[in-house]
Amino acid sequence: MTDTLTGNLTWDSIMIVKAIKDPNFNTIITANAAAMIPVGTVLIFAILTWTKYWKKLFSEWITTTDHKKLGIMYVIFAMIMLFRGVVEGTLMRINQAGALDGGMLSSDHFNQLFTTHGTTMIFFVAMPLIIGLMNFVVPLQIGARDVAYPVLNQISFWLTAAGGSLITISLLIGEFSTGGWSNYPPYTGKVINPGVGPDYWLLAVGLSGIGSTLTGVNFSLTIYKLRAKGMRFMRMPLFVWTSLCTSILLIFAMPPLTASIIMLGLDRYLGFHFFTNDLGGNMMSYANLFWMFGHPEVYILILPAFGVMSEISATYAAKSLYGYKSIVAATMCIAVLSFTVWLHHFFTMGQSATINAAFGIATLLIAIPTGVKIYDWLATLFRGRIRFTTPIIYLSGFFILFTIGGLSGIVLANPTIDFQVHNSLFLVAHFHNVIIPGTLFGMLAGIHYWFPKSFGFRLLESYGRVTAMLWIIGFCLTFFPLYPLGLMGMTRRTVDYMDPAYQPYMFVAGAGALCLSAAFVGLLLTIWRSIVHRKELAVPLGDPWDGRTLEWWTPSPAPEWNYAVLPEVDAIDAFTLAKERGTAYAPVDKYTDITLPPSRYYGFIVGLLAATMGFAIVWYIWWLAIASLTGIVITVIVYGYLPQCGHVIPASELAEADESWRRRARAERGISRDEETAVSNQGLACPDLIPTP
Amino acid sequence: MTTTKSNYPGLNLGAAHGDDHEAAETAIFGFWIFLMSDIVTFGMFFAVYVTSALNTAGGPGPKDLFSLTSVAWQTGFLLVSSVTSGLAVLNLKHEHSQSQSPRKWLVFWLLVSVLLGIGFLQQEVRDFIDIAHKGGVPSRSAWLSAFWSLVGMHGLHVSVGSLWCLVIVMGVLAQGVIQRWKHAIMSWAVFWHFLDLVWIGIFTIVFLRGLV
Repeated sequence: MTDTLTGNLTWDSIMIVKAIKDPNFNTIITANAAAMIPVGTVLIFAILTWTKYWKKLFSEWITTTDHKKLGIMYVIFAMIMLFRGVVEGTLMRINQAGALDGGMLSSDHFNQLFTTHGTTMIFFVAMPLIIGLMNFVVPLQIGARDVAYPVLNQISFWLTAAGGSLITISLLIGEFSTGGWSNYPPYTGKVINPGVGPDYWLLAVGLSGIGSTLTGVNFSLTIYKLRAKGMRFMRMPLFVWTSLCTSILLIFAMPPLTASIIMLGLDRYLGFHFFTNDLGGNMMSYANLFWMFGHPEVYILILPAFGVMSEISATYAAKSLYGYKSIVAATMCIAVLSFTVWLHHFFTMGQSATINAAFGIATLLIAIPTGVKIYDWLATLFRGRIRFTTPIIYLSGFFILFTIGGLSGIVLANPTIDFQVHNSLFLVAHFHNVIIPGTLFGMLAGIHYWFPKSFGFRLLESYGRVTAMLWIIGFCLTFFPLYPLGLMGMTRRTVDYMDPAYQPYMFVAGAGALCLSAAFVGLLLTIWRSIVHRKELAVPLGDPWDGRTLEWWTPSPAPEWNYAVLPEVDAIDAFTLAKERGTAYAPVDKYTDITLPPSRYYGFIVGLLAATMGFAIVWYIWWLAIASLTGIVITVIVYGYLPQCGHVIPASELAEADESWRRRARAERGISRDEETAVSNQGLACPDLIPTP
Repeated sequence: MTTTKSNYPGLNLGAAHGDDHEAAETAIFGFWIFLMSDIVTFGMFFAVYVTSALNTAGGPGPKDLFSLTSVAWQTGFLLVSSVTSGLAVLNLKHEHSQSQSPRKWLVFWLLVSVLLGIGFLQQEVRDFIDIAHKGGVPSRSAWLSAFWSLVGMHGLHVSVGSLWCLVIVMGVLAQGVIQRWKHAIMSWAVFWHFLDLVWIGIFTIVFLRGLV
């Protein structure tokens, strides 16, 4: 019976109460994890009060419209969610290691684990990581002061955070979906699955999906309209190119997801018949819609990683990127082709052989532009003066492992083979093999590379290298055993198995999962130890790696205004050219006042109301849902009326900051590449002049 | 007549508007990009509608439920409203390059457009109620689910557009024809035309195709 005031919410919905009433292994594990939410919240509140950080938190972070701070918040958010994703993954692998004839987890708990693991990793780790990096880097790389719509950007972030908070709350109150990250009906329909799980999935993914759509609009507009003077399309850094393609994919690929979520929601809440088994419903429509989003999504995740790889291979080889035009063309090809292959996610679901063949061939075609890129990066490194830094370790791991993952994808693209291995661990091995070495390694390399630009100091190389090796080894141990397991016939998403031949492989995968957990701890240690040693690692002059693109042409951490005077560009590697000419740090004649977007509460309010609305809809608390929605509409209208004056930085203040930076850069000696990781690296590079062929 | 560079698709404010014209380049272009996303959403609803067009599951079909008279009225309201919104934008372009011009015609055309939009909505809601009375509720069959959600989505967009227009009218009356309301009118007008375009799709694919 639905209560008017509290909807379907009762005391028994709270996981901890459930565990006390029915204590067993599964409920206690979940209750412990759930207890981390209130305990963590209280702890954070206590720390904030203790350090008197509340005011600063609001004035400098929550209300910020600065693309750099939003980017940092996206990455921190992704790291928190990554913690959950890694713990869940490890728990599943450890369960599997001992799951011969039944493991420690119940099947329902295991189903929730793989669903939350997948949903979290895709929507709340990978997406925020790429969007966070795009936020931080793109405006700097195109020589702009911010994105085109700073407040919209803020709203996008808080909508993503709202989605993330819903999936987190589902741990404490109620349950999450058991339908896998793709949430297929009719299994997730009301008839088979009347609980709140699928509703949580719909609202969490739906809200963050709207945020991502708006991000796509914002960033493509920013890249089209706000580039520095002289930065023609074919002079844009590769990361900007890949971000542009990703933004375009977001614009076109998120709507199918939104549509499928609306339809499944109507099915569940209002008894519509889009995907039901009866009255003409057809779940194939869901499969088509979901994968029309789902496949471009794969490229949304991988393209920015390709951009990072392009940047770091050029920088750390001290050469200009080999085959710039071919990489740009390949990126665009991938973006277009990504919309032509969605059906390969369900070859076995009843199409004719002809259709399967057409989509199989389209899928194989994508290997060509991807191969072009890999060769271009190899050629960039060839005869370069490579420094074997942490990002290059990630790049090396990426080269080998991503290529293997791509090749197993080519195997799967053949429908006849897919019929044999579909729904097996072979598939699980394949997509982890592209997403971890591709997206995750790319993002981690990017974080290492741009960290000094965000915080003003480098990350420790010693810790960074060990962590990178742990990720690589952990990945190999965890996922390579899944290939033979898949070929032996072990299906995915099974909580236990009866064939003892599986177990040795499962032991290796379990050990690998522990190694990956260690890698995550290593990542946190790297950041923590670097913060401790931040004085020795500081690079205030802004160019620690002998960078080639605009973002290195400003102090580190990047000032609020990015550039005191907007740069002008006449080549691809504009900054390298300026350094070669010796004009990089020349005095500037004239500074003018700058207007920056001021701090605003809109994004936070919209996000908070959206999260409340989502929670209310999940629990059928209709008064609260309507009130929150009305609140969102009112907030948007108020935003339309209130003055939009910016926050002005006077020319004198700019001149003072900028001149002292330029003076110091002219006075200092600079360091060669051999001293890059030494204390003497203050962020002024003596360029290694390798003649461009 | 002077030729000025066109900064974004559609009617431009023109160089006489100075800064407002320059700034419109980013603002209106961004709105066009958003519409590209929105039209894909509609496209998905159309696709699902077409694939479930025959799945009436023994329930009522188009011939039992649709009234072409009412649909003709709705189409008329929406198309005329598009013309009046165009008149509002022309008035904005030619009369409001200086901030002191009288606002009455601009407000008049905007209000006429929104009234026609509300007329459309009134007819549509009456249709929906009528269809429900004839047993055509969305939970009856997959086809009815698709019909209600596709046409309802469009109706929801028209409602949002009407609300947006009223907000603009209030803004213009309270704050004058300043940059943000100029951009809002331009974006809203593009949105309003876009909804016409979608309606033509609905008229053809849902109503005409359903009744032949």
